[in-house]
Amino acid sequence: MNNTIIGHNLLIELKREAQKKRLAGGNIYADKIVSDIFTNAEDIVHKNVVRKDKQINWSQKADNILTSKITGYPIMLLTLGAILWITISGANVPSAILADVLFRFQDVLTGIFMYLGAPDWLHGVLVLGAYRSLAWVVSVMLPPMAIFFPLFTLLEDLGYLPRVSFNLDHIFKKAKACGKQSLTMCMGFGCNAAGVISCRIIDSPRERLIAILTNNFVPCNGRFPTLIAIGMIFGAGNLALHLQSAAVAGIITGMILIGIAVTFIVSWTLSRTLLKGEASSMVLELPPYRRPKILAVLYRSFIDRTIFVLRRAVLVALPAGAITWLVSNVYVGEISILAHTANFLDPVALAIGLDGFILLAFILGLPANEIVFPILIMSYLSSGYMIELDSLTDLQILLVNNGWTWLTALCTMLFCLLHWPCATTLLTALKETGSKKWSFLTFLIPTGVAFLVCFIVAQSARLLGLAP
Amino acid sequence: MQGAKPKNKSQITLSQIKEGSACTIAELHLEGLLRRRIMDLGFVPGTAVQCVRKGPTGDPIAYTVRGTTIALRKEDAAKINVFMA
Repeated sequence: MNNTIIGHNLLIELKREAQKKRLAGGNIYADKIVSDIFTNAEDIVHKNVVRKDKQINWSQKADNILTSKITGYPIMLLTLGAILWITISGANVPSAILADVLFRFQDVLTGIFMYLGAPDWLHGVLVLGAYRSLAWVVSVMLPPMAIFFPLFTLLEDLGYLPRVSFNLDHIFKKAKACGKQSLTMCMGFGCNAAGVISCRIIDSPRERLIAILTNNFVPCNGRFPTLIAIGMIFGAGNLALHLQSAAVAGIITGMILIGIAVTFIVSWTLSRTLLKGEASSMVLELPPYRRPKILAVLYRSFIDRTIFVLRRAVLVALPAGAITWLVSNVYVGEISILAHTANFLDPVALAIGLDGFILLAFILGLPANEIVFPILIMSYLSSGYMIELDSLTDLQILLVNNGWTWLTALCTMLFCLLHWPCATTLLTALKETGSKKWSFLTFLIPTGVAFLVCFIVAQSARLLGLAP
Repeated sequence: MQGAKPKNKSQITLSQIKEGSACTIAELHLEGLLRRRIMDLGFVPGTAVQCVRKGPTGDPIAYTVRGTTIALRKEDAAKINVFMA
């Protein structure tokens, strides 16, 4: 015991001495060590490694196109659009099948409850509340995730993402932020909590904070389904079937571009106000392109990402569905608790182009963004319009019956894109920054931006007489 | 602006190298963490470096050093002095 303490003190002493020597000699010692290591390594390489020049050429040629001044940006945009298009058009059919199967099973469950003579409230909480929101979350979320995550992991494996950083760095430099922020934004597409963790790759603490505070402006996988559903109903509902997914992909791409623009604006503003400072250095490796290992990609994207995110959504959806059913079916006076709360929120919500139910769904969706749309549908359904929801047309009728216009749809999409991050992301920000102040700002800045943008859009549309 | 001006005529800074041309590193005028990181990646005096491409606005700039491609911002590359090959 004693020995270790002495040993420990001795080590500290030695370290201090070494530090002093190192600093006294400027960079001489460190430089000498690094040079020697490289000389040795070079010797070993010369003796043992045979280089294939072909591979290097291939990477260079790809880079000539992918990071070119002319084609670099269009390719980035096209890649994003293509991934979204494949996700949306590919998810359509499996989503419908899943919904069909899961809602049919709901009828079976209802039959069992009736056969057993279970009380109405128990059937309501468990089947109409918990099970139905679970069915919604699974059928709406699983197919897009199962397509999006592997596609994205594929891009990651190919080595394309560092090129995106390379292309965008000069814009981040103008915002006095780090070019690697585009990598953390890419992670945010999957999950903002993962995006916040990935901010560790940014060396400067100031720039890392900027990346954490703005990560939420990239819509995560929990918000994509909401954006897709609303885009489908209001943006492409009247188009021919084969045009629909392309139109929705266009709308979502536009939303993402708005999110990226807001990221730049907020980063720029932060660098000049709360997080004043100059742009620091950026060292970015551009690794050679690799042939992706398809099986590894599938495994990683499915087990590590899809199942992980889905599990979290399901765990939240069950209780949230039960609670939503309860508050929408317990009456105080003439109307339910849910309707009371929604009415209370109505004035604020209407000013920003939403309604009380939508704002309430976003608030109840704090634990996980995936459940916002299911909650919204449940609260509309409980307020009188009991219809079967097995197609988008039914969904459109439901929303229009509840007073939705194109402006409601647009503002809901914008609010979904910009509003506060989910609880997991907030907790992750708290863990990563170790500061209550910064994690509170992670909540406050997006919330402020969402209210401001939606307010401006709604009010100007009404002033111009474009919407009621 | 330490390091922005080359010490003698045969030296220029890494940021002045044209796309496609090669050079040898003379000295680094970087300090602290950045100096260590850049050296760890192989930018050591005496090493051959090639400028492979520039970003859309000429910044950042990608260099090949020891078979690896590394992108640096212009300001940082301006603090590395090189000999033209």
